[in-house]
Amino acid sequence: MDRDVIETMVGFARTVRAAGGAADPERVQAMLTALDHLDVLDPHDVYWAGRLTLCADPDDLARYDRCFAAYFSGETPRPGRRRPPVVVRRIPMAEPGGRGGGEESRELEAATASGVEVLRDRDVARLGAAERAEVARLIALLDAGAERRRSRRFAPAPTGRLDPARTVRETLRRGGETSLLRHRSHRTRPRRVVLVVDVSGSMSPYADALLRFAHAAARSGGRDVEVFSAGTRLTRLTRELRHRDPDAAMAAASAAIPDWSGGTRLGEELKEFLDRFGQRGLARGAVVVIASDGWERGDAGLLGEQMARLHRLAHRVVWANPHKARPGYEPLTAGMAAALPHVDDFTSGHSLAALEELARLVAGAGKGRAHA
Amino acid sequence: MTMDQVGSPAELAGLLDRHGYLCDEGLATACFLALRMGRPLFLEGEAGVGKTELAKTLGRALGAPLIRLQCYEGLDASQALYDWDFPRQLLHLRAAEAAGVSDVSRLEGELYDRRFLLARPLLQALETSPSVLLVDELDRADDEFEAFLLEVLSDFTITVPELGTIRAERPPVVVVTSNRTREVHDALKRRCLYHWLEHPSYDREVAIIRRRLPDAAERLAGQVARAAQRMRETDLLKPPGVAESLDWTEALVALGVRDLDPGTAAVTLGAVLKYREDQQRVLGGDGAAGLAALLGGG
Repeated sequence: MDRDVIETMVGFARTVRAAGGAADPERVQAMLTALDHLDVLDPHDVYWAGRLTLCADPDDLARYDRCFAAYFSGETPRPGRRRPPVVVRRIPMAEPGGRGGGEESRELEAATASGVEVLRDRDVARLGAAERAEVARLIALLDAGAERRRSRRFAPAPTGRLDPARTVRETLRRGGETSLLRHRSHRTRPRRVVLVVDVSGSMSPYADALLRFAHAAARSGGRDVEVFSAGTRLTRLTRELRHRDPDAAMAAASAAIPDWSGGTRLGEELKEFLDRFGQRGLARGAVVVIASDGWERGDAGLLGEQMARLHRLAHRVVWANPHKARPGYEPLTAGMAAALPHVDDFTSGHSLAALEELARLVAGAGKGRAHA
Repeated sequence: MTMDQVGSPAELAGLLDRHGYLCDEGLATACFLALRMGRPLFLEGEAGVGKTELAKTLGRALGAPLIRLQCYEGLDASQALYDWDFPRQLLHLRAAEAAGVSDVSRLEGELYDRRFLLARPLLQALETSPSVLLVDELDRADDEFEAFLLEVLSDFTITVPELGTIRAERPPVVVVTSNRTREVHDALKRRCLYHWLEHPSYDREVAIIRRRLPDAAERLAGQVARAAQRMRETDLLKPPGVAESLDWTEALVALGVRDLDPGTAAVTLGAVLKYREDQQRVLGGDGAAGLAALLGGG
């Protein structure tokens, strides 16, 4: 291939990557190989060579089209975005080996240990910066794994069903003498957890803590955890929260959310979630957590309808409303009232202790207390 | 025609067309590159847009058998790759005993012979050349399986400890489909060409119906396609795919319908809409007003 062509195409791939596309070197190489088999001078061929190799998701396609149009017409697309109200600060994590600490860090640890109990029940909306960082550190340590379900897979077990394959293999080893029966039983796997975090204006004091909770859940539950943010738009954050480091994950998530502190159209968001992901299987048999105050600006009837749909698909629906903890709280807002009949657990999630409780609910302890 | 003789995406589109599959430029390019680059084609799109059908037609068009691996939760290597035929091994052992064979090590070697190996889809695809391998609904398998599949699709070799390495003479054409119930690992996608399959345009859908169901009158095909297009714009739980348009047309043809009117549409609606809520929404308040609107106009 012509050197100019390669330069042009690599430049294009760089544009796609700068716009947030999945154009890693391996994919760029694939694009160049694809062009070897096609006509470099035909814009259609160039378009498809790039699209088939540089995209990995339907969400990538619109961005790809924008980049393609901009790059090949000579403009450069500019990525611009508002700064979100998320605490993105490096939080000192305790080194497992205890290196590089000394006196100072031991002092800090002692101070933290006594402070934790006080912090546990404090509303996260009323914390100072240092306390906030401390709570964030503790949330990152939460174990928010999901309750387990029986898997189709088998594992060797001392009792249970007969395992023909292993029994016969054993028999073969003994020269055809069946002397030992082997058994197997179903393995268990964690259920999928889906978290939908409301990032609208009324939820902004809690969005950071709840997203950090989602990150902790994603770390405990691995690939079976899906996270979405809702507000005026539904955003899938699963990929962003896959970073191991909580601060890197939060930075990526906050950059991905386009509608920080806007209004709430939870009914519509939920409908979009169910249409695009839930009904296809993402919500099926899952533990779904909705973190929202239920201040619905849209149609509460729609929210109720969608909650009913969600409840039919999911194994369990948990609703975390930070305002529930306020003295005298009654779920009187239209949205909350419409949603509550379709919720299995109704909890608060406003403090560290409340998030611990939420983690227990996700793990299946203390089920079904919404209507108690 | 064999896969090496396909010279361009357009030529491949023509070949698929002759075997009853109408594809657009993007899909033709995707298939062409999958053949040329020896990379798996990762297909996503709404249910019923023709992902599985494409793999079947590719097989027919290239004169290669289609080997299908349907994924499900709990799928493991012995169901996807190979398994030993234990009953036959035991029989062989008994027969050898009865014949008085005393050479133990030779007997052991015989037990792990290729003829006692049951080839499951992945091994079959590697051993059959040429072949089209359809890995259907990969998102339903669990992620351990995905990692394992990545290994097979990278090297196109399978190692059986007792036998050694089995290498594909020529890699199969691989089509992987997913319904996006779960994020498939990026490492696997990177190995593949990615294509998002859209619903066809009105004209293409009419052409697809006419091609697949030659008994359907042109007018009927047009009416069904238009109604399906409008249903996709309506807010439905499950908008119809091409598969549903074809089902509907087939039902209408079976009833001897040549012209679709609201009454006929109402009684056959179950062929195209599979949710009660969707049927009610399309029928409208008084039962048929919505349908008339759906079918009416040019």
